[in-house]
Amino acid sequence: MIAHSDKEYIALAQLHARVPREKLEEVIREFVGRIYQRPPVRSSVKRTLRVKEIYGIEVLEYEGVFALMRVSCQHGTYIRKLVHDIGEILGVGAHMRELRRTRTGPFREESSVRMHELSEAVYLYEEHGRGDKLRSMILPHEYIVSHLPKVLVLDGAASAIAYGADLAVPGISVISEGIRRGDLAAIMTLKGELVALGKALMSTEEVLSSDRGVAFKTVRVIMERGVYPKGWKKRSEAQR
Amino acid sequence: MEEATRFAVELDRFAGIERRYLVKREGHTDPSYGKPPWARTLEELVECGVVNLDKPPGPTSHEVVAWAKSLLGVPKAGHGGTLEPD
Repeated sequence: MIAHSDKEYIALAQLHARVPREKLEEVIREFVGRIYQRPPVRSSVKRTLRVKEIYGIEVLEYEGVFALMRVSCQHGTYIRKLVHDIGEILGVGAHMRELRRTRTGPFREESSVRMHELSEAVYLYEEHGRGDKLRSMILPHEYIVSHLPKVLVLDGAASAIAYGADLAVPGISVISEGIRRGDLAAIMTLKGELVALGKALMSTEEVLSSDRGVAFKTVRVIMERGVYPKGWKKRSEAQR
Repeated sequence: MEEATRFAVELDRFAGIERRYLVKREGHTDPSYGKPPWARTLEELVECGVVNLDKPPGPTSHEVVAWAKSLLGVPKAGHGGTLEPD
């Protein structure tokens, strides 16, 4: 889930000759948008030409032959290759010296914790029974899908979806605005628990104006079965 | 319903997104089943939660996951992708 979300990086590029900043900026602008990229020789995927989207590149600092850049892009973009290709278009060549990922989906550098902070928090909890610090560092797993639009569903629907059923309109209580057909959404209970990921078969407007029909196709179930009781069971018990 | 919507807004804010929520149907949830994420115990969070960990250069993602796993004493742990997989 997180592996397939948008990324942001800080990369240090070394050009193989000096070029004016204007020229660097001009070439970089050409790389924003959809680009073709062939994965590098040392890579984990098939080396065929792929289309990747670069949302933005910003030159943060430029000194001598060193350019510090912020790149935001689609998952699966090779930054080392991007830097190399920018060097080719500049005509002087370039390679990447350093790379740091500053965002993966909703997880940004600003909200990250360092290894020593985590081990300190574990120590405080285990040795002194103080769990407040550790608690602040461990987020509920719902945060993994925090960037997705959301649909809150009734208990009965949550139960059925945990068994793999799709989400139909009558099971929907609250919905994010702006969902379009084909969008991925987080399906949650009215307590805020993540039930599943669903692909929208209806837009938000269509859901609001419909009384029936499948609105979201369940693509990945997260909640364990049986956390919410089966709806049909309740009804059959009531009949007895 | 209101509390879950507030939580959804909190998640959106964490992701740096602002979204409005529309009510299709008023709903209530039975308190005898499930548990709101904010009411989970620390043990429950450790078992099934997420840490936005700043991996320093040097150790591999795999090594840092192994470290976190033993530090927290959990049977399963993973990460959201290596920087330059090979």
